[in-house]
Amino acid sequence: MQMSYFHFYKTALRRELLMALRRLSEVANPLMFFVLVVALFPLGIGPDPKQLAQFAPGILWIVALLASLLATDGVFQSDYQDGSLEQMLISPMPLTLTVLAKVTTHWLLTGLPLTLISPLMALLLQLPTEGMIALMASLAIGTGVLSLLGAIGAGLTVGLKRGGVLVSLLILPLYIPVLIFGSGAVQAAVQGFAYQSHLAVLGGFLCIAVALAPFAISAGVRISVEN
Amino acid sequence: MTTMTDNTAICIEARDLSLERDGRQLFSAINFQVLAGEILQVDGDNGAGKTSLLRILAGVSRLGYAGQLLTGGQPLAEVRSQYNENLLYIGHNSAVKTTLTAQENLAWSQSLAARQSIDVSSALAKVGLYGYEQVLCQNLSAGQQRRVALARLYLSSASVWILDEPFTAIDKRGVAQLEALFVEHVKGGGTLVLATHQALAIDYPVQTLVLGES
Repeated sequence: MQMSYFHFYKTALRRELLMALRRLSEVANPLMFFVLVVALFPLGIGPDPKQLAQFAPGILWIVALLASLLATDGVFQSDYQDGSLEQMLISPMPLTLTVLAKVTTHWLLTGLPLTLISPLMALLLQLPTEGMIALMASLAIGTGVLSLLGAIGAGLTVGLKRGGVLVSLLILPLYIPVLIFGSGAVQAAVQGFAYQSHLAVLGGFLCIAVALAPFAISAGVRISVEN
Repeated sequence: MTTMTDNTAICIEARDLSLERDGRQLFSAINFQVLAGEILQVDGDNGAGKTSLLRILAGVSRLGYAGQLLTGGQPLAEVRSQYNENLLYIGHNSAVKTTLTAQENLAWSQSLAARQSIDVSSALAKVGLYGYEQVLCQNLSAGQQRRVALARLYLSSASVWILDEPFTAIDKRGVAQLEALFVEHVKGGGTLVLATHQALAIDYPVQTLVLGES
């Protein structure tokens, strides 16, 4: 019996999540990184609330971006090593769906927890409460874009022995617009301006990325596996 | 190449297939045909390019080789989606996830083959993994993990099987069982390409392709 694409996507997503939950300590790394690094800033900069609040949007966004990047490297690694990626490549089911399930998992395990814990870390950095909603909304949308973009780099470099630094070099330039609009949204909200336009731009990025990135990721994975 | 063959019967045909890897010529200008109901055994020294050849045949490697690959008389690249639907490839790495159970692994490979979840436990029982369905594969031995991958053969409806070293880590009885399954497959009109050093102890004609001999 044939399987519908939607059902296949759900199956793939369930498999990815199941595997992730069975190695939770590894999966929790980006979140730990986020918490620890943000917690260091008040110690490094000094406890002056005004100064901290001024830097808070930038700090939160930069650390969230790096945390997301940290987990990006491994998106395809184990599947490449044990031959699962080969099977996905020659499957009659589209590779775009399989990689989309992987990216979704990456977001559910990095972007989403980061978003949920961000108000707590924002308090630590004395971010004014007006900025909270903008922070959470921009992180929720923005990390989605980061996951999609990051997977392009991960797919392209999965065949290389030491792809880690290369992923960062390839992907960071693409991350920059997301960072600018993400922290911009929070800054605008803190200063009492409308931040919805920033979010709208981020939403636009997300739409474009969801529509196009799976094809770019698939192409990257194919290039990595096929030679 | 002037022999007239019924093209539709040709399952896989390679013409002047050559592969160079890192400046080394692994094989050059090899020609072969595998028809439905035939077995092709690929043999050769370590590093002779057996795995590379099988990856090319399975369509995993699409780049870096010269020559033509046809299936059913048509270039493989043009009929790739039909070919993939009809293909079962078990590679050098058996694509078994250590963080999933035997059952979950097999169910996923069925999903990838575009088939609705069917009962996989009977296939696991056939490869001697009865009672291990819910065991994480990291707790299985190498041979048992290989068996999880090979259980796909019992569920497969694909006519082309491409197997890379299927007997690795499999015990004697398992090998005999697999050989019987191979014969059953080709007698039913299937095609089998396998890379192995082991001579097949079966009562069925086997084509052999030895790589690395000039």
